[in-house]
Amino acid sequence: MDLETIVKCLDLKVFSGFDKLKTEVLDGYTGDLLSDVMANSKEGDIWMTRQVHQNIIAVASLKDHAGVILVHGADPANDTLEKALKENIPLLGTGLSGFEIAGRIYNIIKGKKEITAQNP
Amino acid sequence: MTLNDVAELLDAEVLAGHDQLEMEVKTGFGADLMSDVLAFAKPGSLLLTGLTNPQVVRTADILDIAAIIMVRGKRPVPEAIQLAKEIKIPVLSTRLILFETIGRLYEKGMRGCIERVDNSFGRP
Amino acid sequence: MITVLDVHEKPIFESSYTVQGGNFDEAGKVASQIKVILKKLGLQTDVVRKAALVAYESEINIVSYARKGTINISITPQRVKIETIDEGHGIPDIELAMQEGYSTADAKIREMGFGAGMGLCNIKKFSDQFQITSEIGIGTHLKMIILIENGA
Repeated sequence: MDLETIVKCLDLKVFSGFDKLKTEVLDGYTGDLLSDVMANSKEGDIWMTRQVHQNIIAVASLKDHAGVILVHGADPANDTLEKALKENIPLLGTGLSGFEIAGRIYNIIKGKKEITAQNP
Repeated sequence: MTLNDVAELLDAEVLAGHDQLEMEVKTGFGADLMSDVLAFAKPGSLLLTGLTNPQVVRTADILDIAAIIMVRGKRPVPEAIQLAKEIKIPVLSTRLILFETIGRLYEKGMRGCIERVDNSFGRP
Repeated sequence: MITVLDVHEKPIFESSYTVQGGNFDEAGKVASQIKVILKKLGLQTDVVRKAALVAYESEINIVSYARKGTINISITPQRVKIETIDEGHGIPDIELAMQEGYSTADAKIREMGFGAGMGLCNIKKFSDQFQITSEIGIGTHLKMIILIENGA
């Protein structure tokens, strides 16, 4: 499962990392406390958060996340976007709530039935 | 599903509200930022969070949240449990991470208490 | 600017609460009390929710950033007015402080799930009218109105 599939499936906005959408997504992580995400997320995770602070890019880069998704229609802060572009980290966005995006990505990753069909 | 079903699905320990486990819950909200919860969580939904301090219980009280699920096996301070018992909000603790917690509930048909936010929040 | 912020009308309820800065164990207690009062007065659930939320975020701000503060609430049949006056550092740049994501919170506040730079945005969003003034070295003054629609 690569990022591009998830981006297309869930209609995500791509802010940065346009040439890295073939990155393999291994698992997911939801969290807004940077210390928790640093301690407990894994390489290849797609990280879902409502934090827009530029430190999220440093965390995603250090942890080798497949990408970061900003939930609730949040836009990245200006310096966050700059940093994401500079470090070429895939920064994505969705209007979906954290619960909805996590539930849908969980189902996609676990290869369950196509859930978007229920929510046209 | 009932809180009992939720507890079983998440292999969760009940820390407060043992007598309220027949309660029906249909929607959830997962976040670690209290202002995010305050802005969007709806009355009657489950609050799923990695936070364990008394403020989580206060936030749940302000919003009439049905029950709190604390994730990642972190133990709340006794004051948080005490407060939850006083205001009668069930608190469950699961060892699962938030992503897995939401995923399992979603798979069983629980949905977000809001589906999406169309306008970018907090901007003119 | 003409607003209903200062329209004089006899309140059906008025009260004042003191909040200690730094006392996180008690943070939110005043907002909980206010919520109970509003419910007892039989106000619409939407008004109760907005007022409790605004009071809560303001209370958290006092606990997080000020030495101490006062929360005043006054209710007329037309509106709920919540006012917070704190003694603290004040806010040097209000426009910046109102920007979503901007925060001066320390690690302790952030670990509790606050201090993500969303509190003032929430207060503004859930108030029908909102005023903020601040003086460096003195403190910050917030005034919030939640309107009660007729026919309740």
